Amino acid sequence: MAAVQGGLVDAVEEKDIKTEPSSDGIGNNNANDGGPLSASPSSSASAGSNKSSAGAPEDQQTLLAVLQFLKKNKLTESVDILRREAGLPEDSLDLKGGDSSGLLSCHHHLVLNAHLTETFSPTAAGEDQPDVNVVLSAYSQQGDPKLYPVYYSGLKRFIESVLDCHRAELSQVFYPLFVHMYLELVYNNYESEAKAFFEKYTGDQECYYEDDLRILSSLSKREHMRGNETLLDFRTSKFVLRISRDSYQLLKRHLQERQNNQIWNIIQEHLYIDIFDGMPRSKSQIDAMSGSLAGEGKREANKAKVYYGLLKEPEIELPLDDEDEEAENEEGKPKKKKPKKDSMGSKSKKQDPHAPSQTRIPLPELKDSDKLDKIMYMKEATKRIRLGPDNLPSICFYSFLNAYQGLTAVDFTDDSSLIAGGFADSTVRVWSVTPKKLRKVKSAADLNLIDKESDDVLERIMDEKTASESKILYGHSGPVYGISFSPDRNYLLSSSEDGTVRLWSLQTFTCLVGYKGHNYPVWDTHFSPHGYYFISGGHDRVARLWATDHYQPLRMFSGHLADITCTRFHPNSNYVATGSSDRTIRLWDVLNGNCVRIFTGHKGPIHALAFSPNGKFLASGATDGRVLLWDIGNGMMFGELKGHTDSIYSLRFSRDGEILASGSMDNTVRLWDALKAFDDLETDDFTAATGHVHLQDNSQELLLGTYVSKSTPVIHLHFTRRNLLLAAGSYNP
Amino acid sequence: MAEERRQKQCSVTLPTESMKAMAESVGVGQLQEESCAALSEEVSYRIKEIAQDALKFMHHGKRRKLTTSDLDNALKLKNVEPLYGFQSQDFIPFRFASGGGRELHFYEEKEVDLSDIINTPLPRVPLDVSLKAPKEQQKVESTEPLKIVKPGQEEESTIPGKSQGAITADGKGKEKGLIRLKPRSTHELSVEQQLYYKEITEACVGSCEAKRAEALQSIATDPGLYQMLPRFSTFISEGVRVNVVQNNLALLIYLMRMVKALMDNPTLYLEKYLHELIPAVVTCIVSKQLCLRPDVDNHWALRDFAARLMAQSCKTFSTTTNNIQSPWLDEKTQWTTRYGCIAGLSELGPDVIKTLILPRLTIEGARIKAVMEGPVVSNIDKIGADHVQSLLLKHCASVIYRIDYGYLGPMLCSHVMKARTQAALQAQQVNRTTLTITQPRPTLTVSQSGLCGSVGQRTPSIIKVPSSLTLMSPRPGTPSQPSPPATKYIVMATSAGASSTQQVITLSSSQSASPVTSTVPSATSTLQPLVKLESGSGPGLTGSRPMQKYIVVSLPSSASSSLETKSSVLPTSISSNPLEAVMKLDRSESPGASTQSPH
Repeated sequence: MAAVQGGLVDAVEEKDIKTEPSSDGIGNNNANDGGPLSASPSSSASAGSNKSSAGAPEDQQTLLAVLQFLKKNKLTESVDILRREAGLPEDSLDLKGGDSSGLLSCHHHLVLNAHLTETFSPTAAGEDQPDVNVVLSAYSQQGDPKLYPVYYSGLKRFIESVLDCHRAELSQVFYPLFVHMYLELVYNNYESEAKAFFEKYTGDQECYYEDDLRILSSLSKREHMRGNETLLDFRTSKFVLRISRDSYQLLKRHLQERQNNQIWNIIQEHLYIDIFDGMPRSKSQIDAMSGSLAGEGKREANKAKVYYGLLKEPEIELPLDDEDEEAENEEGKPKKKKPKKDSMGSKSKKQDPHAPSQTRIPLPELKDSDKLDKIMYMKEATKRIRLGPDNLPSICFYSFLNAYQGLTAVDFTDDSSLIAGGFADSTVRVWSVTPKKLRKVKSAADLNLIDKESDDVLERIMDEKTASESKILYGHSGPVYGISFSPDRNYLLSSSEDGTVRLWSLQTFTCLVGYKGHNYPVWDTHFSPHGYYFISGGHDRVARLWATDHYQPLRMFSGHLADITCTRFHPNSNYVATGSSDRTIRLWDVLNGNCVRIFTGHKGPIHALAFSPNGKFLASGATDGRVLLWDIGNGMMFGELKGHTDSIYSLRFSRDGEILASGSMDNTVRLWDALKAFDDLETDDFTAATGHVHLQDNSQELLLGTYVSKSTPVIHLHFTRRNLLLAAGSYNP
Repeated sequence: MAEERRQKQCSVTLPTESMKAMAESVGVGQLQEESCAALSEEVSYRIKEIAQDALKFMHHGKRRKLTTSDLDNALKLKNVEPLYGFQSQDFIPFRFASGGGRELHFYEEKEVDLSDIINTPLPRVPLDVSLKAPKEQQKVESTEPLKIVKPGQEEESTIPGKSQGAITADGKGKEKGLIRLKPRSTHELSVEQQLYYKEITEACVGSCEAKRAEALQSIATDPGLYQMLPRFSTFISEGVRVNVVQNNLALLIYLMRMVKALMDNPTLYLEKYLHELIPAVVTCIVSKQLCLRPDVDNHWALRDFAARLMAQSCKTFSTTTNNIQSPWLDEKTQWTTRYGCIAGLSELGPDVIKTLILPRLTIEGARIKAVMEGPVVSNIDKIGADHVQSLLLKHCASVIYRIDYGYLGPMLCSHVMKARTQAALQAQQVNRTTLTITQPRPTLTVSQSGLCGSVGQRTPSIIKVPSSLTLMSPRPGTPSQPSPPATKYIVMATSAGASSTQQVITLSSSQSASPVTSTVPSATSTLQPLVKLESGSGPGLTGSRPMQKYIVVSLPSSASSSLETKSSVLPTSISSNPLEAVMKLDRSESPGASTQSPH
C-alpha cells in the first residue's frame, strides 16, 4: 500500500529488486533464443526518454526487465503506460511478443513450455526462497552511503522535533533504518564508516534489540553477511511497523521535502508500514507490541478466523456401551444426547460457535482403554479442588538429584503417574511416581505361552522380573531437548540435538520410530491432546506436524525467522502454537498449514507456551522474564505479568483455568490470577475495536504467590487432575 | 554504560600476534601483516558467531553456565568438526613462558606413568540421577528409601525469609504452598536438659546478678547447647516481644546479653535461628520506647549494645541489614528510633556510614538544630537530639576524615577533635549560661484539669514543640498591632503523642482584659480542655491538680524574623566563632526578655 503511494520513482525503485531475477530470466532467454533481446536495447536507445537520459544501456536493460516483469504478471495497462513514458518503441516489446508467438507457431511447442517454466521458475524460486546474491544485491544500487550518518541524524532531528504524540510512533523507524543502513554500509565495504555509524547511533536503539545489535556489531564484512541466517531473514522479510496515518504523512512529507531519497528508499524496500486511522499510539503501547525480529505482526495477519473452541467430549456412559460409542465417535452426536454427568461445564460446548467441527481434522478413534481413562478423568475431576485467589494450590516439587546440570526436559503424564526426564547425556529416563512399577512386556516367546483367554491377560503379558521404578531409554546421540507423553501413556516422544524425534513405547521401553526430517537440533516436541499427531520444531526454523504412523511430516509450518524454541498443541488439536527466538509466537492451522496468528511483544526468545483449558487464551513466557497473555479470538495481547527475574521455562494453567503457574530459572514458581486477567479483558472492548493494546500494570495485583526453592530452577509444571501443582527441576548444588 | 559496552563489543578482535602464533604452530612461517589482520577479523567474527549459537544450547539445556559441550554443539551446527576431548582441570589450561625475546604459550602436559593410573583405586562412581519427591509423596511411593537429603534442600523456607526483610521475617505465608517441608525434627530434651534450660533461663532474667553472670558464662562456653538452641531463640524472641510492650528495660538488657552469650559460643551455629533473633535485636535497636521513663533511663546503652550485636551478627553471618535504614528515613521518626538506626548502621563499619549516614548528615543536622536551638524544647526531645548528635559526631567524624585524608584521617580527626573541644567547651559554656537566662521555661504554670487523661500515666507531663516557631511566624493571624504593641503569647502544649496545640493568646498591654485565646491545632491535635481552661477559668488558677507546664513565648511582631538568625548550627558550630553564638543568643533574648506571665 505504501509502495503505491510512493509515486512512480518509488515504484521503479521498488521494482529494481525484482529486476535481478527477471533479468536472470532474460539471460536464460538470451542463451536460448539468441538475437531478439540483445537487439532490443540498441533499437530503443535512440528514443529519448526522461529515464534513459543518462543514456546508460543498463537503464534500458532495467526498463525492459521491468516491462517484461509487468508483462509476466499480466499488468498490461502498466506496460502500456510505462512504455509510453519511457518512450520505448512498441516493437521492442513486440519483438518479444513476436518472439514468443513466433515460437508458439513454430514447431517447438513443447520446448516453449519448457522455456516458460524455465523463465518463470527462477523468479518464483527467488521470491519464495531468495537467492542470497539477489537479496544482497538490493543494497548495491544506492548512492553514497557515506552520507548515511547525515541522513540518519537529519531524520533523528526531525523526529525529535515533531509533536510528542507522533514522536513515539516515528521513533519506531529508527531501528530498522539503523540496521539497514549499517548493513548497506557493510555490504558496500565501507567498513570503518559502518563501524563509526554503529557506534554513534547504537545507543539510540531500544534496549530490547540489544541481542540483535550484538549480532550486528560482530558483523563487519560483506562475507560475513553470507552465512548469517538471522540477518538474511531480516533483509528478506519486511520490518513491519504500525503507524497512524497522521504520523506517516508527517514522515513522508518530511522526506519528500528534503529530497531524502535514501531513507525513503530504505523505507520502501525494507519496511512494511501498516497504516491505521486514528490516534497515534503512545510509547508504552508501542513498546508492548514491538521487540520482535521483524517488527510487529501485520494487522491482517491476525484477522483469520480461529476456531478456538473445544471439541465436544465424546460421551461416555459410566457403564460402557459399545454400540453407542461407535455412533457417537463417528458421525456427530445428534442421535443420542444425554446430559453429561461430569461437572466440567461441557454443556456450553454444544453451542460453542467458535469450536471447529468435530471432523475438521481427522482424529483417532477412542480405544477402550481411552474410554476407561476418560472415566477415570471424570471421576478425578469431581474431586477437583476449585482454585482461586483464596484457595491456592499446593505445590509438590520433584527435584532431580545428581543430575549434574544435565536435566534438559521434563514431562508428566496427564494422570501424573509417570515422569519422564530428558538429559544432556542423550538419555531419556522414565520414573513411576505411583507404587505401580514399570514393567516390560514379555518377550515374544513367552507371550506365546500365556493364556490369551484369561481375564487378566493384560497383567499376564507383563514381565514381573523387569519391574523397576525407573527405566532408561537409550537411542539419541545428543542432548534431549524436548519430551512429551502421549495422552494414552503408551508412547513417549523425545526430540534431540541429533535432529531426530524418537517415539518410544512405554510397554516395551524400546524405540519404535526415529522421525528424521529436521537436519538441525530439534528444540521441542509435543503430542496432540488427542494423540496420533505431534508437532516438532527446531533450529531449522520450520515446525513439522507428524503423525505417529508416517515417517514423513504431514505439514511443514515455515515462517519464523529464527529457531523454533517451543511448540504446543491447542486443546482442540486443530491448531499449534510455536514460539521462536525471533521473539514471535505463531499459531498455525493444522488443516491447511496457514499461519493464522502472529503475536509480537516479547523481548526475548520464547521458551514456554500454555493454552488455557478453554482454548481461548494463550500464555507465553520468554527469557525476558515476562509472561504475556493473548486472546486467540482477536489476536490481542491482554496481559503482561512481570515478576520473574530470569528465563521462564514452564507455564501451566490449572485444570479449570483459574490459576496460571509459571516456573523460571530464578528458582521460583509464581502463581497468577488468570481469572482476574481474563475478566479485565472482557470488560474492556475498546482495545478490540482499535486493535491497540492498552496494558495496565497490574502484575502485582495478579500475582498470588511466589514460591522459592533454594537452588532448583523450575523447568516443568503440571496440574494434576485434582489441581495439585507438580513442579520439577534439577537441584544445582 | 550500556553504550560503552556495545562499543567494545563492536571493536573487540583477536590480536594479530595470536594469528601469527597459530600460523607458526601449523607450520606457516611468514605470515604477512595484512593477512593476519584479515584473519583475525574473520576469526573473531566466527568465534562470536559460534559463541552466540552456543548460548542457544545453553538456554535449551536450561543452564546458566556455558559448557564446552555447548560450543561443540554450536560447531556441529555449522558443520565444523567439534573439538573432541577438551578437558581441563584448570580455568585456563595454558602456561606462559618468555625468554629470548619470544613469548610462548603452551599446554602443560605432564608425563603420566601408566602403572600409576592402573594401580590407583577407581574413584567412586558418581551417584545416579534420582528423583526426590516431597515426603508426602514418598509415602505413596513407599519403596523409595529416604534419600540423602541435601543440606539446603529442606532449608528452603528459612533462607528467603531472611533476605526479604529481617524485621518482618517470614511475612505473609511466603512458603504457603510449596513443598510440605519435612518438619524440622523435634528434638526431645532429656530431663537434665530441661532442668538446665529452666535454670539458665531463670537465672538470665532473674534478679541475682552473680547467677546471671554464671548462666551467661555457661551459655557462652558450653559445647552441648545445640539441642536447646531453638528453645533459647524462641525464649529470647518471645521475651523481647513481651517486654518491649511492657517497657521493661532491664529484662530487655538481660535478653540481649543472652543473645550476646549465644553468639559468643563457638559451638553454636546461629544461622538457622537468625530469623528469630535478628528481629528481637532490631527491636531493641529501633523501638520507639524501651523503658517507662525515657528521659531518665539509660535505654541508649541498650540501643548501643544491641547495635553492636547486630553488627556482630552481620559480620558473622554476612547478611545485609539495609532494612534498618527504612525507619530512619521517615521524617517523623522519634529520636529514640533515630538513635537506634544510626547506632545500628554505624556499627556496621565505615563503608556503611559513608554510604548511608553521611548523605543524611545535613538533614539530620538541621533537625537536631531545630530541637536544640529552638527556644521551646521538651526534655525528651532534647535528650534524644543530644544523643543523636553525639552519636553522629562520634561515628562520622573519623569517617569523613578518612575519606578526605586517607590513612592519616582518623588520627588527624582525633587531634582536631581534641583541639576543638576546648574551644567548643567554652562556647558551650557561654551558651549554657546565656541560655539559662534567656530560656523562659518555668515562667508559667497553669493547672490543668482535663489533660491528665490524654497525657497518660506520666504525671510530670512534658511539653513538646513539634515544629517550633516556624509554624507561627508566617501565620497571617499575627499582624503587627498598632503602637502599643500587643504581646502575643504562644502557648504550646503537647501530650505524649504527636498531638500538640498552640494557642495564641493576645493580651492588650493593659492586661486588664481577659485573654483572648485562639487555638491553632497543629497536625492532628485537639486539646479541647486546654482551650476551655484558658478562656473559662481564667488565669491565675492554681490548684492541687497535676501540674501542666506551659511554655509561653511572647512574640513581638518583629520577632517573626528571628528565625532567620538561626543559620547553620550543628556540628559545624563547634568550629564557628563563639562570639557569633553569643550574638545569636542575644538576639533571641529579646523575645525572652519581654516574656511575662499573663497573670
